[in-house]
Amino acid sequence: MRIYVLPLNFPDKNLFNTLCNTLEDTFKISVVILNHPLPLEKVKDPIRNQYNSTWILSQLLKEVTEESCKILGVTNLDLFVPVLTYVFGEAQLEGKAAVVSSFRLRDELYGLPKSPEKLKERLEKEAIHELGHTFSLIHCPNPRCVMYTSTYAEEIDFKSKDFCNSCSAILEKKKEESLQKENLA
Amino acid sequence: MNLKEKDKSVSILVVDDEFSVRDSLTKWFKSDGYLAESAADANEALKKLQEKHWDIAFLDIKMPGIDGMELQQRIKGIDPNIVIIILTGYASIDTAVKSLKEGAYDYVTKPVDPDYLSHLIEKVVQQRLVLSENIQLKETIQELYITDQIIGESPGILKVFELMKAVAPADTSVFIRGESGTGKELLARTIHAKSSRRFFPFINLNCGGLSEDLLESELFGHEKGAMAGALYRRKGKLEMADGGTLFLNEVANLSPKAQTVLNTAIETKQFNRVGGQEVIKVDFRLISATSQNLDLLVKEGVFREDLYYQLNVFTISIPSLRERGKDLILLANYFLNNLVKAMNKPIEGFSPEALTFLEKYDWPGNVRELKNAIERAVVVSQGPFITISDLPIPAVSKTSIKALSLEAVEKNHLLQVLEQMGWDLDKSAEVLKIDRAILESKIEKYGLRK
Repeated sequence: MRIYVLPLNFPDKNLFNTLCNTLEDTFKISVVILNHPLPLEKVKDPIRNQYNSTWILSQLLKEVTEESCKILGVTNLDLFVPVLTYVFGEAQLEGKAAVVSSFRLRDELYGLPKSPEKLKERLEKEAIHELGHTFSLIHCPNPRCVMYTSTYAEEIDFKSKDFCNSCSAILEKKKEESLQKENLA
Repeated sequence: MNLKEKDKSVSILVVDDEFSVRDSLTKWFKSDGYLAESAADANEALKKLQEKHWDIAFLDIKMPGIDGMELQQRIKGIDPNIVIIILTGYASIDTAVKSLKEGAYDYVTKPVDPDYLSHLIEKVVQQRLVLSENIQLKETIQELYITDQIIGESPGILKVFELMKAVAPADTSVFIRGESGTGKELLARTIHAKSSRRFFPFINLNCGGLSEDLLESELFGHEKGAMAGALYRRKGKLEMADGGTLFLNEVANLSPKAQTVLNTAIETKQFNRVGGQEVIKVDFRLISATSQNLDLLVKEGVFREDLYYQLNVFTISIPSLRERGKDLILLANYFLNNLVKAMNKPIEGFSPEALTFLEKYDWPGNVRELKNAIERAVVVSQGPFITISDLPIPAVSKTSIKALSLEAVEKNHLLQVLEQMGWDLDKSAEVLKIDRAILESKIEKYGLRK
């Protein structure tokens, strides 16, 4: 069982590597970094000047064939789904693929001074959150849980990087099920 | 249980001809824990609406075939409680405003700000939660009002049900006739609980046990110093029943003065407290009852004819238990089951002999007497069946009617008349055509008590 992480127009190598370490620590699953550029210009909406995250997910799915593995795309591009003005990320609920963007997590976008530490924290939380969805986790009512829904950047700062007890239990159960399937295969 | 935990049961239907819109919205709601599905057009949506209940529907305005506006009207015809949120582009805001006038909860322009959408759904869910809690509370209040049920299948009681069902929603005054213990108060409470006044008070006044002055004070209230001991202003039952129902039990016992004032109060819906000048306006429904022959009392001039007609707009006569045939066994089993549960006793039912005894007895105290007899039997019974010896003695002694002595017959008859007359010794003596002093000596002789 692995988590593949693919940078998609994400030049900050340090931030990317830190994120990968955090994901490995959090999920206790080996993280494998991929390096396979996707034709992102194809999914750019010229009017909105944003990138369709649902399409990115469909492309990410082609990158992994193993049943029990997950794949996370990490980008600094502004993501959207057609009905919403923007998204921080998107994931397949109980699926394999997730994508997260740092674009709207940057304080400078909101006229505030640049804060690399906040960006790192927010990106880690959102990446864990989106991968959490792939393990069947839905939004959690516990405001400290990483699965708590956040629709604006400052809201992400209120929650922790950790799963609450009930989300953690579901995650462990799902990981166990995946491992069993893997062993059977 | 917090709000979010209750969210899980909220179902959302997204209707949009554009796949990417309905797909992304459905996924968004699913990741939030809602039950979400989508429909590509109005026909598919209507089919889904027939199949199951939906709490919220997102409708795209511009769709081929039936558009969002028409679909909104059709949905309201299927389920007026569905919260409808219109999805629209900037070009059709006028239509969206029109949809709001048609009863849509809100409209959102595509693309939607996720923060706005998140708060909108939260607001709808919270509103629905409050609404459902409100309905639950109202049902609880209704259950509290009807603490017991009227049980029966006999033609007589079915007629009572039919009349009750017809009169309950109307605001008509109801007059209930029936022997003591037939369930007149229970019927009055049920009528109140099934009326539009059910969330207002049900005020019960038994006119039988109060002196003339006390009865007036109870009915109309009094001002401070209106009488000896009236240290404070006090609201009467009429005032307390404002918005609700006033139930006057044993109304035949109202004094002539109280009858006059009550007659005016019913007619004008206003009155003065005893010793007061202030005109109190009230809105109440009147239900009255008596176990006496009110027609006879009117003929004899004891009861005001005009008040009689005010009370007797719609009459329901409850049959005595003797007239209710197999209802007796139905009621006996109903009371037994309830009491066994409440007292946690290992009792399975009645022995065949006990059932025969119950059927043979006359039950002059009607359902009340039956209930008390069974309660007593459940208390003393060791189980698993209620036997004859568990039943109270008066009930058992009545079973062998043929063997009764003349004295026993006299005692039973005296008791029956006294109960029918509400233990009014003068009236009872009059009915029995004996002197009051003789009646008193017989009461003493047989040890009769209320």
